[in-house]
Amino acid sequence: MSGRSGTGTPPVAAGGTGRSGRASSPVWRVALGRVRAYMGRHQSLSIVIGLALFATALPFIVLLPPLNGFGTQKDFIGGFADAGVFVLLAIGLNVVVGFAGLLDLGYAAFFAIGAYTYAYGASPFSGLDIPFWPMLLVGAIVAAMFGVLLGAPTLRLRGDYLAIVTLGFGEIVPVVFLNADTYTNGTNGITGLAQPSAYGLFGVNGFGFTNPWPYFLTVVLIIAVAFIFLYRLQDSRIGRAWVAIREDELAAASMGINTVTTKLLAFSIGASTSGLAGVFYASKLSIVSPDQFGFTVSFTALAMVVLGGMGNIWGVAAGAFIVYEIQAQGLKQLGAFVQSLHIPTFALGPMSVDLGSINFINFQYLLYGLALVLMMLLRPEGLFPSRRRRSELHESPEEAAESNEELVQA
Amino acid sequence: MTADAAAPVLVAKGVTKQFGGLVAVNAVDFDIPQGSIVSLIGPNGAGKTTFFNVVAGLYEPTDGSVEFAGREMIARGRRAWAEPLVWVLPTVIVMLVGVLLEQLTKSGAELAVALVIALGLLITMFLLAIIRPPIYDRLLYRLGIFKSARPNDMVVAGLGRTFQNIRLFKTMTASENVMVGMHSRLHASPLDAALRLPRHRREEKEADIQARRWLAFVGLKGKEQETARNLAYGDQRRLEVARALASQPRLLLLDEPTAGMNPSETAQMTTLFGRIRTELGLTILLIEHDMQVVMGVSDRITVLDHGDKISEGTPEEVRRDPRVIEAYLGKGASA
Ligand SMILES: Nc1ncnc2c1ncn2[C@@H]1O[C@H](COP(=O)(O)OP(=O)(O)OP(=O)(O)O)[C@@H](O)[C@H]1O
Ligand SMILES: [Mg+2]
Repeated sequence: MSGRSGTGTPPVAAGGTGRSGRASSPVWRVALGRVRAYMGRHQSLSIVIGLALFATALPFIVLLPPLNGFGTQKDFIGGFADAGVFVLLAIGLNVVVGFAGLLDLGYAAFFAIGAYTYAYGASPFSGLDIPFWPMLLVGAIVAAMFGVLLGAPTLRLRGDYLAIVTLGFGEIVPVVFLNADTYTNGTNGITGLAQPSAYGLFGVNGFGFTNPWPYFLTVVLIIAVAFIFLYRLQDSRIGRAWVAIREDELAAASMGINTVTTKLLAFSIGASTSGLAGVFYASKLSIVSPDQFGFTVSFTALAMVVLGGMGNIWGVAAGAFIVYEIQAQGLKQLGAFVQSLHIPTFALGPMSVDLGSINFINFQYLLYGLALVLMMLLRPEGLFPSRRRRSELHESPEEAAESNEELVQA
Repeated sequence: MTADAAAPVLVAKGVTKQFGGLVAVNAVDFDIPQGSIVSLIGPNGAGKTTFFNVVAGLYEPTDGSVEFAGREMIARGRRAWAEPLVWVLPTVIVMLVGVLLEQLTKSGAELAVALVIALGLLITMFLLAIIRPPIYDRLLYRLGIFKSARPNDMVVAGLGRTFQNIRLFKTMTASENVMVGMHSRLHASPLDAALRLPRHRREEKEADIQARRWLAFVGLKGKEQETARNLAYGDQRRLEVARALASQPRLLLLDEPTAGMNPSETAQMTTLFGRIRTELGLTILLIEHDMQVVMGVSDRITVLDHGDKISEGTPEEVRRDPRVIEAYLGKGASA
């Protein structure tokens, strides 16, 4: 799945499919092997092709039954654009959690910072009207700066402590936006954010609420760029340093890696991806308010990373997309489906149960919880694990014991 | 390496390391001449690994200092209280200048500008203090503030090491492990990498070639793509040596590199030490339990027991030293 291996050595695979075509005989397997080898060598191109294929297929897939019964194509496209926001969040968080192994529970803070950056850059509230496209860059940079500032004091902490402190930061940021009324409009949030303009390109002028297509295409574009950058970083000395720190911080430092700088980089690169997502999200909704960036966002992104397969960019993106669609579409449809069965109300002990009246969306977090528990029990490496994670989670018991040994034996 | 053979590459003076009440290393003086192979021996728990970890920047010593390549690198921090002053000083100065100009011109703009610059400086100093690049340490040193080097600083200064119980990056391939060893000698920034600038591509290509060379040097040719955890035990030990060599050290610290090896593997490893010295011109500090290996390769031997240096000299001298015999075989054996 992941095309990682030493740079300059023939990478095994990249791209969307998960099986390994190492068998010898059938022609299609040989062909598949060739395609994979090619894609390994041309990683950026294969990312573009893969995402383009996906983005082209999606609008058609939703026209097929039973999906076409669930909503119009337009509704779906709007939903996909929102899913894209979470894909960005997940692949950014993956850098921090999956690559560098730092458990960050306050990731939504940077999402909020990106969104508010756009709100200040392009709304009647600030009086500025900076176009969307440069604001994407500004949002990413501002979020990255805050990533460094919030990360710096916390990085001496490890594991649980880091998680708690980031959780704190994640709570502080929305609270600041909530209470600094004069600068943020408090609970009401900042409204009337400018929507992006495509300057008449492809016949599209304004991005409107009624037309989700430009948003969909834009988010695919942003994701493609983020993918390419993250893949390249993963395949560089910095990507290797992240993995080294995650596996054995002490050995990493003893091999000349400045662990503080390297962790800060992971934090700021993760934050900048989140900032991109924030700018896009704000422009699409045209409003930002503190309640959009609570702990549930951090938690959802983390669940997506874990379910998708930590450390694997494609896997995490797929995880985010699947989780988002289940949450946004699946649960709603499940309710409608159960309702359509017309199961009569029945008695369960003293209670009378009416399955048709259940609103499954209310059970979203219960279902997340269940899914996570099941996943950790059955497939702890996630749906689409990276080669590394898989080998790590299937280490022998002696090895596991060994890696728990103390520093005493350094 | 063509450095003066007489100049020691490492000088430890009175190095002491205490863990709570336990004195693991006690006032050890130690010189390593350039180009030599020096061994550190002693019974279990003598403090050999602890001494290594002090020298490698992993533990701050309780007392004493370590000079490496002519520079004082490791010791207890000095004038640590003054460091925060260095952080705020630039900010204070800029603010004072701002207030002064404001008083002179009465325009008000200077103060605002000074405030912004001061804030920027404060953040910059704060980041410098956290990241601790060499310039920052040197600046502090000029001001009489000393901070002990971290492990990564020691690697940059030219020290490579292996671990007593192997600490490879297990899910990485052999070649990736070696490339992590090169980390401090590679310079591509995140931007170089993200944009795949030619500089980055050239460097990665070169790094890959070098990784192959190092693997071939230690005898792991053809195993470049093996995951470290899947390598045989002896190969893992060799990979650790390759990884340490990849940082282009002047001094290599090897902590029991032949532990758990069979005689033929041990012989190969011993040959490797010789080649590291003759072909690469490195200096080696070796901890070793196998007396045959120690006596065979060492120019000088230092013996630790309960944290104390009890003997030092050529293999012949150390072998005859009654205190050494006593430490190894117990009291009465030397009589
Ligand atoms: N991090 C630590 N915390 C507390 N005590 C320690 C620590 N590291 C080492 N020690 C103690 O210091 C003493 C010296 O240990 P050290 O590992 O340096 O011995 P050694 O000479 O390397 O022995 P061996 O031959 O068994 O490797 C031992 O008593 C050990 O228990
Ligand atoms: Mg030891």
